[in-house]
Amino acid sequence: MAAIEMKNIVKEYGDGFPAVNDVSIDVADGEFMILVGPSGCGKSTLLRMIVGLEDITSGDMMIGDRRVNDLAPRDRNLAMVFQNYALYPHLTVYENIAFPLRLAGASNDEVDRKVREASKTLELDEHLERKPGNLSGGQRQRVAMGRAIVRDADAFLFDEPLSNLDAKLRGQMRTEISRLQKRLGITTVYVTHDQTEAMTLGDRVAVLKRGILQQLATPRELYTQPGNLFVAGFIGSPPMNFLPATVEGNQVKLPFGTVTIPDDRAAKAQGRGLLIAGIRPEHFEDASVMDSSRAQGSTFKAKVDVVEWLGNEAYAYIPFEAPREVQEQLNQLERDLDGEAMRTQLVIGLDGASRIKEGDEAEIFVDSSKMHLFDPATGENLTLDTRGAGTVPSDTSTQAVAEEQDAVATPAEQEGAS
Amino acid sequence: MKKSTVGTWIGFIVIMIWCLLPVAWIVSLSFKSLAETTVGSPQFLPKDPTLENYKVLLGMTPDKSSSQDFLASLRNSFGIALIATFLAVVMATLAAYAIARLEFKGKRLVLSMALAIAMFPVVALVGPLFDMWRTLHLFNTWPGLIIPYMTFTLPLAIWTLSAFFREIPWEMEQAAQVDGATSWQAFRKVIVPLAAPGVFTAAILTFFFAWNEFVLALSLTSTTASRTVPAQMSFFVGPDPFNPPYSQLATASVIVTIPVVIIVLLFQRKIVAGLTSGAVKG
Repeated sequence: MAAIEMKNIVKEYGDGFPAVNDVSIDVADGEFMILVGPSGCGKSTLLRMIVGLEDITSGDMMIGDRRVNDLAPRDRNLAMVFQNYALYPHLTVYENIAFPLRLAGASNDEVDRKVREASKTLELDEHLERKPGNLSGGQRQRVAMGRAIVRDADAFLFDEPLSNLDAKLRGQMRTEISRLQKRLGITTVYVTHDQTEAMTLGDRVAVLKRGILQQLATPRELYTQPGNLFVAGFIGSPPMNFLPATVEGNQVKLPFGTVTIPDDRAAKAQGRGLLIAGIRPEHFEDASVMDSSRAQGSTFKAKVDVVEWLGNEAYAYIPFEAPREVQEQLNQLERDLDGEAMRTQLVIGLDGASRIKEGDEAEIFVDSSKMHLFDPATGENLTLDTRGAGTVPSDTSTQAVAEEQDAVATPAEQEGAS
Repeated sequence: MKKSTVGTWIGFIVIMIWCLLPVAWIVSLSFKSLAETTVGSPQFLPKDPTLENYKVLLGMTPDKSSSQDFLASLRNSFGIALIATFLAVVMATLAAYAIARLEFKGKRLVLSMALAIAMFPVVALVGPLFDMWRTLHLFNTWPGLIIPYMTFTLPLAIWTLSAFFREIPWEMEQAAQVDGATSWQAFRKVIVPLAAPGVFTAAILTFFFAWNEFVLALSLTSTTASRTVPAQMSFFVGPDPFNPPYSQLATASVIVTIPVVIIVLLFQRKIVAGLTSGAVKG
């Protein structure tokens, strides 16, 4: 058991490509830390630097009290589960799990006791004599975890362990991993691109984009107090709605009408001109199914384009036009999130009882007290309550890095093509 | 359906006859007496099957003169082929691993040089090697044959093995390293077992080359101290100098072929086992 501390970690590849840029994350002893972000954000690189499979260009990697920058993977006493499990196909399940113990020179009795213990925990008893090639995906996943828990490692590292499983199994294994981690109480760093995994598993979540830490906070803090436009767009499904907005006094002008926001929020966004308002789908509602007791907010009328009814809830889509300035920022965001720039539309979460149909001119309620306002140029959340937002690094702008990366990437690609 | 099955069987039988008839002929010849092969009225099956040839060659008759030479050359063949195979496979494994895993300058040069050596006609080297070996006192010794055999089979072994190593995912080694293995342990306990089919393939190819090689074996040896079976067979002399002792030659061929068949069967099982356990794709 040990805490892991990353201090100003930088990873540059030989061609100067900065894959990880000045990232500082502290993982407390026994904490479940998630590294999340779209592909190419450096999360796997960071994990591989913790375990020692990638060199660290600069910064300090501390495990417990030791600086491990220059230690070989085998001297760091960490256990890792790989994305493709990396089981040894020539060994039985038993020998796969026993492998780390045998390398450590454990006696046969000890190996047997520990392997049986691990296999019991993971319900692998009847598979011990089989080869990994004959196992199902979920069973292989469990063997990989068995190999990790069998030794007394200081921490577990997971590199997208569930991405090769089908959706149902993924849900089950997710709970299994969570249960295991809680029971063993071992420090864990878990890389994923799946925000559901990030939200459900993590004690804290580090959101990365283009090698730069965007926000480090609990799942709840990330959801309610996103540090910037990127985090706001990344966390939540369906994602937060982004609308062009201008603030005058405590009134916010949106494409659908004007809403009132709390004074303290309004004060932070005064005199900034055109802003981006972020409202989560569930902060809208069909005004006709609301009980009047629900607190402050505004209503507006809009023509509903498409309705998706899911039983317990429904989603309504309302297209709108955004000014070019906002549109560009939103397109960039969409690219950062590995998405494709689509039409700007409002996604509204409705109660399952709502009777709004496609093509209806509906009256929609919006809980504007939960609205966030973002600076369109920097993406910064102007209405952020810093007390409840975990760590938001002061400079999360990836503009400079993006240019640098693009500049490096182009000649490298040409070279690769020739 | 039925028709195609019949066709398959006919094709199968034709190919079997085509391939195995010469072998069957040699086996049948080996059971004929020396007299029967020289009378000039050949028939496929021996008129009067005899084990005389085997007895003579394996030293089970009072006259040991021909068996001594043959058994010595058999010993040479085994020793030289096994040592050459072992050295070639060990070196090729290490070289191929480096080529598959490491980035170093001149990697392509190494690979293309290896290929060029493999293409080089062996006969062209007989003269230079003969001179060199005499100077270096390697003429008519085991190392004198082991070194060229190893050299000529290394390129093919390196190419085969590096293809196998490339198929093995990096994660295997990384997992082993995280589990506490040194690079050498990861190589020995994970990578080599996974590449076992490739190692066996390379071993078989090398062994066959060394076992069957004739030109160098004939030119770089002078006595039974190092002469291998294929070369020794050309020195078989019967009672009549104008008629080679065909039945004895056939017998020697059969005896020499048996180990090869056994080795292929053994290794084949290994190769199949390696492939079916899903060695590379986990």
